[in-house]
Amino acid sequence: MAEWFGDNSGLLGLALLDGLASAGLIFLVAVGLNLVFGVLRIINVAHGSLYAIGAYAAASVGIFFASAGLPAWASLPALVVAAALVGGILGPLIERLVLRRIYGQEEVLQLLVTFALFMILEDVQKLIWGVQPVQHDLAMRLLGTYDVPFAGDVVPFTAYQLFVLPGVALVVLVGLAWFLRRTLTGRVIVAVTTDREAATAMGIDARRVFLLTFTFGAMLAALGGALSSPTGAIVPGIGAQTIVLSFAVVATAGLGQTEGAALTALMIGLGRSIAVYFEPELEVVVPYIIMVAVLLVRPQGLFGSTVARRI
Amino acid sequence: MRRGETLLGLLGAAALMAAALLAPWLKFILTVALAKGIAVIGILLLLRAGQVSFGHALYVAMGAYTVAFLAPAMPDAAVLLPAGAAIATLTGLLIGLFVSRYREIFFGMLNLALSMVVYSLLEKLYDLTKGTDGIRVELPRFFGMALDRPGFEWAMFATALVLALAAGAFARLYLDSPMGQALSAIKTRETRLEFMGISARRVLLAAYVLSALLGGVAGAIIGMTTRHVTPLLAYWTASGELVFIAILGGAGSVLGPFLGAVTFELVRIYAGAAVADAWQMILGGVLLAVILFAPGGLWGMIAGLLRRRAGAAS
Amino acid sequence: MPPTDLSRRDLLAGAAGLTAGGLLMAGSDADAQPQRPAELKIGITTFLSGPASVFGVPGRQAAEMMVDEFNQQGGIGGVKVRALFVDEAPGTEHLVGEFRRLVQSEGVHVMFASISSGSCLACTPLSRDLQKTTVLWDCATQRIFEEGPQPFAFRTQGFATPEVLAPLLYLLKTKPDFRTMAVINQDYAWGRDSWEMWRTGMEALKPGVRIVAELFPRLGAPDFTTEITRLLAARPDVIFSGHWGGDLVTLARQAAERRLFERSTFVLPVAEASLPILGRTFPAGHVIGTRGDHWNNHPRPKDPARLRALNETYRARFNEAVIYPVHHMVQAFNALKAAYEKAIAAKGGGWPNDMELAAAFRGLTFDSPTASITLREDGQGLEDQIVGVSTHAEGTPYAIPKDMVIFPAAMVSTPVGMKSVDWLKTLKPDILAQVPAPISG
Repeated sequence: MAEWFGDNSGLLGLALLDGLASAGLIFLVAVGLNLVFGVLRIINVAHGSLYAIGAYAAASVGIFFASAGLPAWASLPALVVAAALVGGILGPLIERLVLRRIYGQEEVLQLLVTFALFMILEDVQKLIWGVQPVQHDLAMRLLGTYDVPFAGDVVPFTAYQLFVLPGVALVVLVGLAWFLRRTLTGRVIVAVTTDREAATAMGIDARRVFLLTFTFGAMLAALGGALSSPTGAIVPGIGAQTIVLSFAVVATAGLGQTEGAALTALMIGLGRSIAVYFEPELEVVVPYIIMVAVLLVRPQGLFGSTVARRI
Repeated sequence: MRRGETLLGLLGAAALMAAALLAPWLKFILTVALAKGIAVIGILLLLRAGQVSFGHALYVAMGAYTVAFLAPAMPDAAVLLPAGAAIATLTGLLIGLFVSRYREIFFGMLNLALSMVVYSLLEKLYDLTKGTDGIRVELPRFFGMALDRPGFEWAMFATALVLALAAGAFARLYLDSPMGQALSAIKTRETRLEFMGISARRVLLAAYVLSALLGGVAGAIIGMTTRHVTPLLAYWTASGELVFIAILGGAGSVLGPFLGAVTFELVRIYAGAAVADAWQMILGGVLLAVILFAPGGLWGMIAGLLRRRAGAAS
Repeated sequence: MPPTDLSRRDLLAGAAGLTAGGLLMAGSDADAQPQRPAELKIGITTFLSGPASVFGVPGRQAAEMMVDEFNQQGGIGGVKVRALFVDEAPGTEHLVGEFRRLVQSEGVHVMFASISSGSCLACTPLSRDLQKTTVLWDCATQRIFEEGPQPFAFRTQGFATPEVLAPLLYLLKTKPDFRTMAVINQDYAWGRDSWEMWRTGMEALKPGVRIVAELFPRLGAPDFTTEITRLLAARPDVIFSGHWGGDLVTLARQAAERRLFERSTFVLPVAEASLPILGRTFPAGHVIGTRGDHWNNHPRPKDPARLRALNETYRARFNEAVIYPVHHMVQAFNALKAAYEKAIAAKGGGWPNDMELAAAFRGLTFDSPTASITLREDGQGLEDQIVGVSTHAEGTPYAIPKDMVIFPAAMVSTPVGMKSVDWLKTLKPDILAQVPAPISG
């Protein structure tokens, strides 16, 4: 076993780097999903669609910036702008028009409402951006490649995937943790997550918190999508794949855990890239095996706290 | 209401029969719809207990793939259908032993995870399962008779109809029985059930295994009707569809799943043909409308009509 | 809901279906005499969404062009033609349902299916079940005719075996000293089968090559980062990839960005269709195939004027270069017309039924944009294979092949009745002596 690790340490190192980029993206979606669940107690299936729309919007904004003659480096902030737009518009829209009507209803119905939203948004993507692949990889090409040493040789990675993706994820992780612990608004969100009744009794306007949280969560999902857009082509269906993977991350970490979500995202991203290297048949199944294994042993997730049963 | 339900069920069966006679093309869609309805009866049982499984397409896939794998060796529907149901039931028992300990989110998530594990394996183990290409099922015999294709399609339609009626009748009896009544207790206050000396876990497990059985039956029928099974049968959106159908049809009656399934399939095929890039939006919108304005589903609307008619008459 | 809303067409279709089905099933040859229909309906399956649509939509455009062209000339056998399109992208299950709907509900007279080998493997048995002639207009899987007779399926183009063998022979002639090899293919029938055939052929002609990586990402995967890292680390001399359409575009872009093309020689048997989109991103020096002899600058077309006319008409209408899905669609339409004319003549002017149409396809000869094709007795068409090396030439904004070799069909195609894998095992290295000389430019 140790011998295998020794022989393959170089490859494992490469796998770690590959895993980092995809983990960063999945973390952004998962953490938004977590926030929304913590506060609204709704599992938002449409989160995946927000990711996809973020990706499409980023490509559109990028193309627009380029045609407006803006310099190439503007393609990076364009991604954040796109995410903010998508989250800022769709977030409140969905929360006000749809979610507001189902607060307090049965969980099944709430879940199905977000599932219906997901179906609607999948077709909205097709209607706005068409069904052919959309691509705008200026941001990735701009930053060029970085040569990673490997076994007396080098393996070029794109600087975008090596530094920008994990970097943004890290910034969000740290920023979110600081926000939730140190700022008033953040603490209000935590209060509503922990005990909604007590928080409302203390005078917190829960409805405002819902709107804020959902919008923020939507922006995070859209950011994930926006950041993914320069790396490949955007096609219908990426929303569906992303959401089920995010479920795996969120459930394995434990609903409501921010730092935990980062770690599980890393675990799952790493698991997948290791599988591609050594046992490609297992690549797709790894996240779900991890999820099942953890849930069987600790149903509240790796970092979740046990929930007391009401009698 | 009970008599109304039975009458409506029989009328529905007759209507489907007539439709199949008049438009042979519809037979195919209706057989698949009836099969999905049978699977959704299983979802209904779990819904009674307040639990949603977002992974029940797993059992449908098991039924279908059993048919696909066994068909070359034992090409007879009389063998394939029970075999598919049996494998699904066995799997349901094994999984249920673990899963019945969990509730609500965890229940749903674990089911989702397990169905995605199976989906991923079906997709990637190409040498075994032919991956995304799927497996083709050659025309089997029907209880020893070698029928031609239209004949076999009639046989499958009739089988699906009979099994659908049976599943509905069984579900109604089950839900009226103590085991079935105990299910709703799990939804409201589970610990009180325990205080009465009834194991909530066993009640849920029984319902779970039944739902797996029904899923397997559905999968076997689908496998022998479309005669082409692919991993997408196990994908999470397929599980979501089953829950969608349950709510669309109405969780208040055993007729609901069939109302929902037939409506869903017909809208999907015809909307898909007419507006290929908007049918999902249409269905999503329908679901949203039902949940927000008619949470009793199609059955709820029909029952309301009947009640009003009965009220007006008296 | 349907029980009361049946259209007359549904009733007629149902009745006709039952009658025709029953008669056909009885095996009688003196079948019902169909009337000349109001329009000749063709059901066409192609990729209309997702990554493969960059490949599938040109096919659709070519079909629309051919339908207009035929109708301007009065249609086929005096009957106007109409095409109904179905998207392959949602998956095989959806496609199988749509195939049935087109045949049983819409009453199409013939089906053109499909691009994806997976789709074809699903639809061809249906063609047998429903007794509807199906023209395999683009898919390559060799398994269709090798696993059993398909009396209603006809492939109006080449198939996987020559498309894999020709580049293999080309590689062995131009770069015979490679020692290590890797494959990255889409995980479905074409990806798996093409690799199996390459491997078998390579082991017969050059045993001892070490395979350092076998990667099969999903069909339609949007990101190949991890796979490319693996290939960069493994440093194979040659990388074989049957990727096509939008997937190849993504793969090539990501690979070029990370300089994988500089480390390994790529062999891409079906690359031609993606070259225009890739532009100068696709580097020079890699082996590319054109899936048959579908190259706009075919050095020796049978009828240069005809090829030029196709290129100009298509470009004028759709503002893009012709790629081989266009050729394939044109071939399918030409074959259909030839078959109907043959069947009508055989019937003394009457309209052929399904059996008679299928019979007309057997042994049929028809034109392709660059040559003419005759269908074998097993339904398979044979095409010469053009393989070349990519180069950047003045005046063309994208990579094009040079040093092209035209492999004659008979040399690289599996004989009737043999399984390709078995035939490839029997190859001897002396076949290399038969490879024709390259034509430059």
